[in-house]
Amino acid sequence: MAALSVRELSLRFGGVDALAQVSLEVPDRSLFAVIGPNGAGKTSFFNCLTGYYRPTGGSVLFDGRDITRLGAADVAALGIRRTFQNVRVFPKLSARENVLAGAHLRASASVLGTLFGTPAHRRGERELAEEADRWLDFVGLADKAAVLAGDLPYGVRKRLEVARALIAHPAMLLLDEPAAGVSSVEREELASVIRRTAADGVTVVMIEHDVELVMQLAAGVAVLDRGRLLVQGSPEAVRADPRVVEAYLGRRQR
Amino acid sequence: MSSLLEGGGEEEIVVPAIKEARSRSALALGGAAARLARAGALVGLVVIAGFFPDLAHSNYLTSIGLQIEILMCLALGLNFVVGYAGMLDLGFAAFFAIGSYTTGMLSVHAHWPILATLPPAVVIALIGAIFVGVPTLRLRSDYLAVVTLGFGEIIQTVVNNLNQTGGPEGIYGIPPLRIGSWTLTSTASYFEIFLFLVVVFVAVSARIRHARLGRAWLAIREDEDTAQAMGIKVRRYKLYAYMAGSVFGSITGSLYAPAFIAIAPPSFGFTESLLVVMAVSIGGIGSIWGALLGAGVVIAFPEVFRQFAQARLLVFGIALVLVMVLRPQGIWPENGLGFGRLQQRWRSRRVEGARR
Ligand SMILES: Nc1ncnc2c1ncn2[C@@H]1O[C@H](COP(=O)(O)OP(=O)(O)OP(=O)(O)O)[C@@H](O)[C@H]1O
Ligand SMILES: [Mg+2]
Repeated sequence: MAALSVRELSLRFGGVDALAQVSLEVPDRSLFAVIGPNGAGKTSFFNCLTGYYRPTGGSVLFDGRDITRLGAADVAALGIRRTFQNVRVFPKLSARENVLAGAHLRASASVLGTLFGTPAHRRGERELAEEADRWLDFVGLADKAAVLAGDLPYGVRKRLEVARALIAHPAMLLLDEPAAGVSSVEREELASVIRRTAADGVTVVMIEHDVELVMQLAAGVAVLDRGRLLVQGSPEAVRADPRVVEAYLGRRQR
Repeated sequence: MSSLLEGGGEEEIVVPAIKEARSRSALALGGAAARLARAGALVGLVVIAGFFPDLAHSNYLTSIGLQIEILMCLALGLNFVVGYAGMLDLGFAAFFAIGSYTTGMLSVHAHWPILATLPPAVVIALIGAIFVGVPTLRLRSDYLAVVTLGFGEIIQTVVNNLNQTGGPEGIYGIPPLRIGSWTLTSTASYFEIFLFLVVVFVAVSARIRHARLGRAWLAIREDEDTAQAMGIKVRRYKLYAYMAGSVFGSITGSLYAPAFIAIAPPSFGFTESLLVVMAVSIGGIGSIWGALLGAGVVIAFPEVFRQFAQARLLVFGIALVLVMVLRPQGIWPENGLGFGRLQQRWRSRRVEGARR
């Protein structure tokens, strides 16, 4: 079954077709990659899936449900979480609080519990904080829990974003260039985090320029070029496809 | 870039070093002992503050103290809006006015006991908050500042012109607050009541700050687009901030009325709104300690420099500008006074040096 099914998705900015009739299916519990040259429309694609952009045409189905017109918060409530290409952590919150913010929908909203600090409320908060620490540990940031996110180096913030998304127990995780600007040691850790997440049953879609990483991780690959879906298939098939070589690999020499 | 320089090993060394340093410091004991010590210090502080009217033995000082407490309460209310949710509100005195006038009118004209006027005051303030908030909170912060400014002006104009609110003369002869058989008439007794209110407001603020509501507000303040990706309904939570502020503002107003016996429109204008904004921002946006400290500074500073007569406001203005320039995060910022981070920076520099 397809977790995500995108039908003829289009997005226009003035005269630019950021996306033109893109149709693709992401199988449930798979690790899927979206690649393509700069400006191909990859981030716009994510933004359409997550309620940040309103597509000008087409539809997005998640678990068989039409989510095309939902706002970002409603999409998140359905169990779709994402990271951002230009890392967006909450700089003046500690790493732990960043992760806890990701658990918003799981935290107790009881007014009485909050105001009076009832035992149940305290227990819930404590358990959530402990879980936040475990997610920090999962992405290799166990010792950074109390550090302000704004004080963390770039690569570390990227992993913090992943922990912040995972604490929500998402059904689908969208990663926008998780390995960009990340050191090679961190890249290995990141690959392992992504692999373990997918193994845990989360559908993962990642945008990535690092072809090695894509070949190493993804079961399926879609190639976007100038807003159009060029090819979709297994990593090997996509790598060998002459159109891809011409449009992407050839041009970028990677 | 800097990420390449800072990443990895060095920090692994630095962080435990800080932890160790912190646990050794007498001010920050570990775990339960620390919490107990901190709670003890807080209780001690409140008890000492409770004796302030007796110690000061001066009606003037007690009334300054009372004014500081009132501004503390208002600042804690505005802190939800400005400090936590990151919206600019230039008409916060409107809620203070709604509380004061509801209590004033119900107690003087309808002879309600003061305490009984609290619920209607809060309800009316909440309605006001929703009425203004729902259509405007979708706007970005600068528009919101204009709308809230307008709301403050409208409320002041209304109470200045209605017969029921006493027009420019306001309402006088407000009966004292009665709690059981205790009738509060002296400034000192209201000082104690407001001390209690400050403690309650601080406790509520702290609880909310470290719960779902507070985290959602801070996420919105930090980056509202990203907050949505966490499932946070931005508009709804902004309204909650505005409503929470209105509750604190109106309760403060309700108890202000019997404390000062008479209320009149000039106490609820733009100047008052600005004083509250100043208290929050001088103290440190988003910081409970900052709001308290800021309220103290805003009231006490012009009093201390009273001998300069008119020039004191100039001096105050200059001091304000100095704070803004030298310490834009406020006197007591939300992430502490900054010693820990200074220490961290200093230590990491030392580690770097040692490695060279
Ligand atoms: N908010 C926007 N307003 C106008 N044009 C936009 C907007 N967002 C994206 N675009 C345009 O849409 C096209 C696709 O951009 P997008 O960011 O989706 O590409 P991308 O594949 O993510 O590129 P990169 O690899 O550089 O991240 C570009 O031409 C871009 O200029
Ligand atoms: Mg992009």
